[in-house]
Amino acid sequence: MERTALDLWVGMFVVAGIGALVVLAMKVGNLSTYNVSESYQLQAYFTNIGGLKPQASIKSAGVLVGRVTGITLDTERYEAKVVMSIDKRYQFPKDTFANILTSGLLGEQYIGLAPGGENDMLKAGEVIKKTQSAVVLEDLIGKFLYSKAEGSK
Amino acid sequence: MSSEVLVEIRDVNFAYDSRPILKGINMAFPKGKLIAIMGLSGCGKTTILRHIGGVLKPTKGCVKVDGQVIHDLDQDGLYKMRRKMGMLFQFGALFTDMTVFDNVAFQMREHTDLPEEIIRDLVMMKLHAVGLYGTQDLMPAELSGGMARRVALARTIALDPMLIMYDEPFAGLDPISLTVVGQLIRRLNDALGATSIVVTHDVQESLKIVDYIYFVSDGAIIAEGTADDIRASGEAFVHQFVYGEMDGPIPFHYPDGDFSKDLGVRV
Amino acid sequence: MAVVRSLRGIGARVINAVWRIGFGSRFFLMTLVYSGTSFRRFRLIVREMFSSGVMSLIIILVAGMFVGMVLGLQGYETLKRYGSESALGTLVALSLVRELGPVLAALLFASRAGSAMTAEIGLMKATEQLSAMEMMAVNPIARVVAPRFWAGVISLPLLTAMFSSMGVFGGYVVGVVLIGVDEGSFWSQMQAAVDFQHDVMNGVIKSFVFGVAVTVIALFEGYDAPPTAEGVSGATTRTVVESSLAILILDFILTAFMFRGD
Repeated sequence: MERTALDLWVGMFVVAGIGALVVLAMKVGNLSTYNVSESYQLQAYFTNIGGLKPQASIKSAGVLVGRVTGITLDTERYEAKVVMSIDKRYQFPKDTFANILTSGLLGEQYIGLAPGGENDMLKAGEVIKKTQSAVVLEDLIGKFLYSKAEGSK
Repeated sequence: MSSEVLVEIRDVNFAYDSRPILKGINMAFPKGKLIAIMGLSGCGKTTILRHIGGVLKPTKGCVKVDGQVIHDLDQDGLYKMRRKMGMLFQFGALFTDMTVFDNVAFQMREHTDLPEEIIRDLVMMKLHAVGLYGTQDLMPAELSGGMARRVALARTIALDPMLIMYDEPFAGLDPISLTVVGQLIRRLNDALGATSIVVTHDVQESLKIVDYIYFVSDGAIIAEGTADDIRASGEAFVHQFVYGEMDGPIPFHYPDGDFSKDLGVRV
Repeated sequence: MAVVRSLRGIGARVINAVWRIGFGSRFFLMTLVYSGTSFRRFRLIVREMFSSGVMSLIIILVAGMFVGMVLGLQGYETLKRYGSESALGTLVALSLVRELGPVLAALLFASRAGSAMTAEIGLMKATEQLSAMEMMAVNPIARVVAPRFWAGVISLPLLTAMFSSMGVFGGYVVGVVLIGVDEGSFWSQMQAAVDFQHDVMNGVIKSFVFGVAVTVIALFEGYDAPPTAEGVSGATTRTVVESSLAILILDFILTAFMFRGD
């Protein structure tokens, strides 16, 4: 085979392969919603995170604003410490409320941020004080049955 | 033999596992000469070449090339030495995925930084020397056996080696190609001022071109001398070999095979 | 006596296998050590990328397309029972990107390019081309083996990306165009579920590891093949068998490490 033709084919092959990778990243995957470079970190403590996982989405008013980057157990408080990576474009007031919510009845869990009314904004590395833990379905059913039993006495 | 010795093999023994292949071989290859090593297939001729090329290490004895003990060299030293050697393999061993041009240019591209125009000129010179100018764009598969052997010869002499080794250069050639290759070996040796070693069992062709002959049988030298010495040799084996006779010291039957006994054993 | 003989047979096999693993590892190491030439003369790699990468394109693209179409069809039938047809995109994309893409592309690559590599090197050895190279003071591992190794390692991840993309496209054609799943939910659910780092990059890492395994096996089998016609054909068969097993076993190990816990 002619040298230049061979180069051309291999060149097209490499471009097509990288193109396919970009398609996988942007169209199939979520890289288009990622803004890794332009983000800041916030922390929050929850008594129970339920089924929250790293990479879970963080939404405010239904809009995706960031991702959970780390979940650890804080052994001083025995609470779950969740590190969140938030898009730099979005700032939240100090009294913002962080909830662990579930999309749909049995869907995956995410963190919902409900902004408060203060003028001071949360800075990188700060802790969200007001949190509400996940609703654990088993507890809920347990409570419901218990109260039923109480009521029927 | 008075002239300076390029390759010297002294008392070399070699064994695969415990099977002896070479038994106390002594040879000297003076500069500028064309020397043949002859013998039956499997008598250890190619093994001797492999020792000179540094592929194998003798179990005992030493092989000196250009004053250096070849099996004591490290990888770099060995590769440096091999650049001064050329070896023509039995069936040419041309690189089948390259054109004739790229085959001949291979060593120049690997070992030198010569610009492409000079490589082109050199390749054409080498191809011209073997009479194959004009075939440079063909693939090895498109060549006849004799032409392929000549291209391989051009590739072997690409870097003007001081020592050229030929492993059965005449195998499988028609009589015309055989004469052509034989004459080329002689001419190239004299033109390049190189030393050549030809391993072959083709007696008639090699007796025409070589200066000196070593006769090897069963890992040992049984006769040596010039072409005339060999033709006139009284050694029964050499006589049988040179004149291709059926009866002689080399029996027709394989030594262990006694067919009649085998028949008797079956009950 | 029969027991002793079969024991001896097992012993010989085990010893032989250990020897081969040792030789193989040494061979792999040598390939890495002598890779410098290939990168100084990148043309050598480009040439081999043509024969291993470009020549495998058709089979990879066609196979990817059809695998995606089958996934779309089967996935739809299954998801319909639970009323979650909108998750079709997720199902197709996740199975392709995480598993089917890397594994199937590597299996196809092993039988298309791997066997060709083994046969080529085996024949080069049988016709003394490798010895000739050695005698010309050119290291065959540096000149012949290393460029093929890197060409395979570069090509397979690219082929895998193309396979997965074609597969998603095939799933889209069947699911959205032919069956009529909602296009918006097909893509948006897929994007919500497929994470770039966790899924796409892990798929790329998998295909890279498979690329190393397949090419090393193929090149070693060729280099180690007895220089006869049966030797080369046996080595080619062994390449396909061994690399297929290696791909599936490695896939299990990698999956266990990558996707544990979700």
